[in-house]
Amino acid sequence: MMSERTNTRESISKHPPSVKKNVNLYSVVLSALLLIVLYFVLMKIEGSANALVPRIARLCAINIVLALAMNLINGFTGIFSLGQAGFMAVGAYTTALLTIEPARKLSMYIVTPIVKPLETLTLPFGLTLIIGGLIAAGLAFLIGVPCLRLRGDYLAIATLGFSEIIRVFIMNAQSLTNGAQGLKSIPPNATILWTYGVALAVIAFMALFTTSSYGRALKAVREDEIAAESMGVSLFKHKMMSFMISAFLAGVGGGLLAAYNGTIGQDMFRVMQTYNVLMIVVMGGMGSISGSVIAAFVVTIGQEMLRVLDGPINLGFWKTSGIAGMRMVVFSALLLVVIVFFRNGLFGTKELTWSGIVRNIEKLAGRGKRGEVA
Amino acid sequence: MRQKVLEVNSVTMQFGGLIAVNDLTLFADQKEIVALIGPNGAGKTTAFNMITGVYKPTSGHIALNKLNITGMRPDRITRLGMARTFQNIRLFKSLPVLDNVVIAQHLRIKSNWLGSTLRLPRYNKENRLMYEHAEHLLEHMGLKDVIHETASSLPYGMQRKLEIARAIATQPVMLLLDEPAAGMNPAESMELTQLIQSVRDEFDLTILLIEHHMDVVMDISDRIYVLDYGNLIAVGTPAEIQANDVVIKAYLGVAEDEA
Repeated sequence: MMSERTNTRESISKHPPSVKKNVNLYSVVLSALLLIVLYFVLMKIEGSANALVPRIARLCAINIVLALAMNLINGFTGIFSLGQAGFMAVGAYTTALLTIEPARKLSMYIVTPIVKPLETLTLPFGLTLIIGGLIAAGLAFLIGVPCLRLRGDYLAIATLGFSEIIRVFIMNAQSLTNGAQGLKSIPPNATILWTYGVALAVIAFMALFTTSSYGRALKAVREDEIAAESMGVSLFKHKMMSFMISAFLAGVGGGLLAAYNGTIGQDMFRVMQTYNVLMIVVMGGMGSISGSVIAAFVVTIGQEMLRVLDGPINLGFWKTSGIAGMRMVVFSALLLVVIVFFRNGLFGTKELTWSGIVRNIEKLAGRGKRGEVA
Repeated sequence: MRQKVLEVNSVTMQFGGLIAVNDLTLFADQKEIVALIGPNGAGKTTAFNMITGVYKPTSGHIALNKLNITGMRPDRITRLGMARTFQNIRLFKSLPVLDNVVIAQHLRIKSNWLGSTLRLPRYNKENRLMYEHAEHLLEHMGLKDVIHETASSLPYGMQRKLEIARAIATQPVMLLLDEPAAGMNPAESMELTQLIQSVRDEFDLTILLIEHHMDVVMDISDRIYVLDYGNLIAVGTPAEIQANDVVIKAYLGVAEDEA
């Protein structure tokens, strides 16, 4: 009986799927070309006369990291977690504390002096990102033990609560975080190469992880917990894995954000921060990597472009000398349109793939030809 | 003598004041097809849920291949060789048919998440075998033409078959089918009967099934257990059950002149 089964397996493996190999090859070539184009575009942006342009470009990359971190737990695993801002704060403070020059630290901590080893300790930027991510992941483990037993709205509220606890802790741990004064003079390490390098690495990780056997198991948990458990998927283990990896990536994103901003304070990491990222994830599509990437660009650039709305407006029939927050009103309205008309975001759970693009181009070309005949 | 694969020993399930299953004892020998029947609300699905670990029995013991599995988590029980289907189909709806079956093999994976993400050679080999096995399985179930379709787009009968394929993919020794023929017409249930027998032989399975279609039950069962209001009222071969007065009364009620 047993040998019969292995025989059938062998007979199938004699015919390897050769078509798939070709698809992979041209995908790799096209992706490499895209990377080269991206490199030149980024260099062009970096040299832009307007100093705002490279800044926004960097923020786009940071938002990609943050959105993908949130998409892993909310979109791919189907767990509605709202703890993102807390994990970002952990990463941001870790990177800040480990990269600010000792002399600067000394002058900043006025109320109480900084705790001992941090006083003089500085580490390379890349290493601090990883340490920040690891601390966030460790914290996610502690939070996950009670929270991941909950479901749906209850879990959202619990994670939201823990995120607030982290923020309040930061506000009060004066000798560690400088409390409400926040931290400044964070070295501007978030260059265009660092931000896009990390963003590309996270995209690659997400693409490989979500299509691995473990990623498939997470999708199974999202589709039907009871069925997944009956198929031998340990719910707690897999939810925890997703939660910790998500927290790690959020911590890395937070570290980048700290270096990008130059100054951080506990106020940056209120619930609003989580909603900002959630907006990108929902707009792009829960469970779509390419959706999150594109939405990160759309939302980040869109928010900047709409900034003119905050200034004086003269529509002829209606004049205003500038209403602060007007752009957020318009932006929220646009988001509403997306939610109402594209309930699953721009991409749903679909991905942008080279083979998909080629298929669409072929379809369009085919339609064009038919048009000519007619 | 054949080995007992499943042994359920005086198991009781109590929900507050309601005794859903009372002192149930049953067993299944290797490669046997055993049916659990009874009127609606008799406690059949509750019995299933206790055996597969969804409920923890109030009292009693359940053993799989002599191993005590009472109160274990469902995923652990599945890992030990028990697989099931659901009365109200529970597929991974928005995923492709092939992925549904591949996911069911995840429990046997040896690579860790990092090795899988980095696509180490060992993972690639495991992954390829998972897909090959899934394709082989789907071919056996007559679902070869729809492997790339989304699970929810399949017609009802095919979804039932896919659930069976997915359960078998976990490499079980014991398969529990909760109303596999529900909603099927006579021709389809006939086909299903043959399918169940063929997977039993092909994959060396012991099968316990709940079913309301009596023609299916009488056709394929080696032995039948009858539940009524949580109590076991009869055990026997299909012929014995068909001639059993207590069973007929439970199903049809008591005629007025007899009462």
